[in-house]
Amino acid sequence: MFARTEVTTSSPGEKTGQDARVAKIALAGQPNVGKSTVFNMLTGLSQHVGNWPGKTVEHRSGTFEHDGVPVYIIDLPGTYCLTAASPEEMIARDYIIREKPDVVIAVLNAASLERNLYLVAELLALPSPLVIGLNMMDVAKQQGFEIDPQALEDAIGVPVVAMTATRNEGVHELVDVALDIARHGPRREPNRPEIRKDHLEVLARLRTLIAQYVPDPYPVDWVALKLLEGDQEITALIKAALPSDIWPEVDALLAQHEDAFLAVASGRYEWIRRVTAGALKRPRPGRVSLTQRLDRVATHPFLGLVALAAVLAVTFGLTYSIGSPLQELMATHIVGGLANLAGRLLAGGPVWLSALVVRGIIGGVGTMLTFLPILAIFFIALGLLEDTGYMARAAYIMDRFMHALGLHGKSFIPLFLGFGCNVPAIMGARIIESPQGRLITILLTPLVPCAARLGVLAVLVPIFFPENATLVAWGLTGLPLIVLAILGMVLSKLVLKGESTAFIMEMPLYHLPNWRTIGLFAWNHVLSFLRRAGTIILAVSVAIWLLATLPHGDIETSYLATIGRLLVPIGSWMGLDWKPLVALLTSFVAKENSVATLGVLYGVGDEKGALSQALLRHLTPASGLAFLVMQMLFIPCVSTLAVLKQETNSWKWAFVEILLLAALALAGGVVAYRLALWLI
Amino acid sequence: MNSDNVIVLSDLEAGGRGIVVRLEGGRGFLGRMAALGFNPGATVDVVRNDGFGPLIVSILDTQIALGRGQASKVYVRREGR
Repeated sequence: MFARTEVTTSSPGEKTGQDARVAKIALAGQPNVGKSTVFNMLTGLSQHVGNWPGKTVEHRSGTFEHDGVPVYIIDLPGTYCLTAASPEEMIARDYIIREKPDVVIAVLNAASLERNLYLVAELLALPSPLVIGLNMMDVAKQQGFEIDPQALEDAIGVPVVAMTATRNEGVHELVDVALDIARHGPRREPNRPEIRKDHLEVLARLRTLIAQYVPDPYPVDWVALKLLEGDQEITALIKAALPSDIWPEVDALLAQHEDAFLAVASGRYEWIRRVTAGALKRPRPGRVSLTQRLDRVATHPFLGLVALAAVLAVTFGLTYSIGSPLQELMATHIVGGLANLAGRLLAGGPVWLSALVVRGIIGGVGTMLTFLPILAIFFIALGLLEDTGYMARAAYIMDRFMHALGLHGKSFIPLFLGFGCNVPAIMGARIIESPQGRLITILLTPLVPCAARLGVLAVLVPIFFPENATLVAWGLTGLPLIVLAILGMVLSKLVLKGESTAFIMEMPLYHLPNWRTIGLFAWNHVLSFLRRAGTIILAVSVAIWLLATLPHGDIETSYLATIGRLLVPIGSWMGLDWKPLVALLTSFVAKENSVATLGVLYGVGDEKGALSQALLRHLTPASGLAFLVMQMLFIPCVSTLAVLKQETNSWKWAFVEILLLAALALAGGVVAYRLALWLI
Repeated sequence: MNSDNVIVLSDLEAGGRGIVVRLEGGRGFLGRMAALGFNPGATVDVVRNDGFGPLIVSILDTQIALGRGQASKVYVRREGR
């Protein structure tokens, strides 16, 4: 299969093609309904994953052919409703209103039909014709629900297709029906929900007042309803559009009916009760499902922690037992092979050229490539935890602890992944729905000491503190975590302005993993790392290599060394000369570089005994401690920064992070040095 | 507990059942909760309430984890089972 996946941050409308033959379908649905499975089933690898313009919400679209008809399909963000409360909800409704897809497919989870119909009630108020894909029929049956799709179709007045997407049942029929509606329009006028009776009059009055002023392409009925619901975006829109003599009347009407939101919601539930009356039979109470039995352990305040620890241990065990050997294989065979090949090809040319290509460029590519096995395994693990439903349990268990930091329970898993590598940890923060929660998690992640930094500790701590190595190493590991906790509390105060993140999370039923979904999840993440972060990582690696090599070809006399010497006044606060400072600067490319750079600068190479003697000759234990503290808190490596920029969609946060951590590292180093002088 | 048996959801013990009476909070919170089924008249069952940390409740055939803060803004009338 030829992969056409590509990353786009451009306008989502542009690829729809002005070609009238292409049918434009939008997939809508609440979270946990198997919408991604349907999307993946239809598009496979011909999907584009990027961000919505200016947002950090994932934009997924794709193309496929159905019986010779070209189809463009967009996977709208999963939302429970279409208020303007979250960027996802805003994106979903704006897309339907502005881009006018030929047909909207609402994917529903048959095992929680009534709640899923709430979104349908909202979608029916929008202009695009609707088709319902009643998914997860197998799960509904297993849970004891009896559902009659035909009765539902008759009651709502839009086509209903029963399906089990994980087994590819009903997906083809769903597209058949959707394309038929796209071509010929809706078969009949659907049965739409109405506002509760006592508010019919005020809604009609509101409608009359605004009717001639509602800007295109907003439907008047929908705008009137949203005004009554108290929707902030629509209220602002109408306030701007209405003549100044009409707005006060509208405003007064809305103020009188501040509680109208309840009337709208009740109207929707009344409609749901009506349309499901003849179509849904619930199971007899008293059944204990597999999910309930598993949850007795998984959500237990103590046993749940044990289960989580076991899951994480297995994840890490697998990552290192499979990932590390793969990493080495790639380093020797692919990167090494490339270097040999380039060396031979450039043998006749100037020395600087082959050095630039072999050590600078291929070195940078190597840094990037060696991430891939670990990234792939981490994302498969993350996808597996999410797809089976376990992620919600982990978030539930950890919420009480993360809450103290002003964070959501879901922040725990990405942060914990950071111990392996900060890169997948930051990308994994996508599972956090709230944009503020996601931002704080991303900014905190670099304070989780990654495997590379722990590796540096393992080499250097025994040299400076042979007697208390374990204690010092634990202290140095714990320090950034304590800083993380404090910074978390401060950031959540600043970013959330005292408003703690609401923890409202669906606990989906457990189910067997869908390998196609997980595979595409991992594939898209790895690809997005390569495409978007790859160029930054490569450019910075080459730049640092040049700084460390020019003008004379060795690091001692390089520009980097000159920079290091300029920093000596700062280093003197911690009793450090320029060499450890330069080592710290080279750790910007990859954290483990510190040790190698120290070896080169002290002229001892890789030999460990010699490094140990050289370090002890030049640095006191107090300075050594300051250096190690700086190493643990210093600015993240370039790969981490590149994904940080990519995931926050802004250079601003990448620079904030650099300044913040540089300041923390400096402060930490000085405090550690003074404390050590005083204690030792 | 007051006379008409209305308590906040976070005070309802595991295994308890209540009928939603009203919710407090901002429009965003109310909208989100309404979409999950927390509408006056809805039946809610408490699946897990350990007295600290978030709760798990069952509403409209779905289990929802709710922070203690959020659960204390939902007023329910206790139902015997």
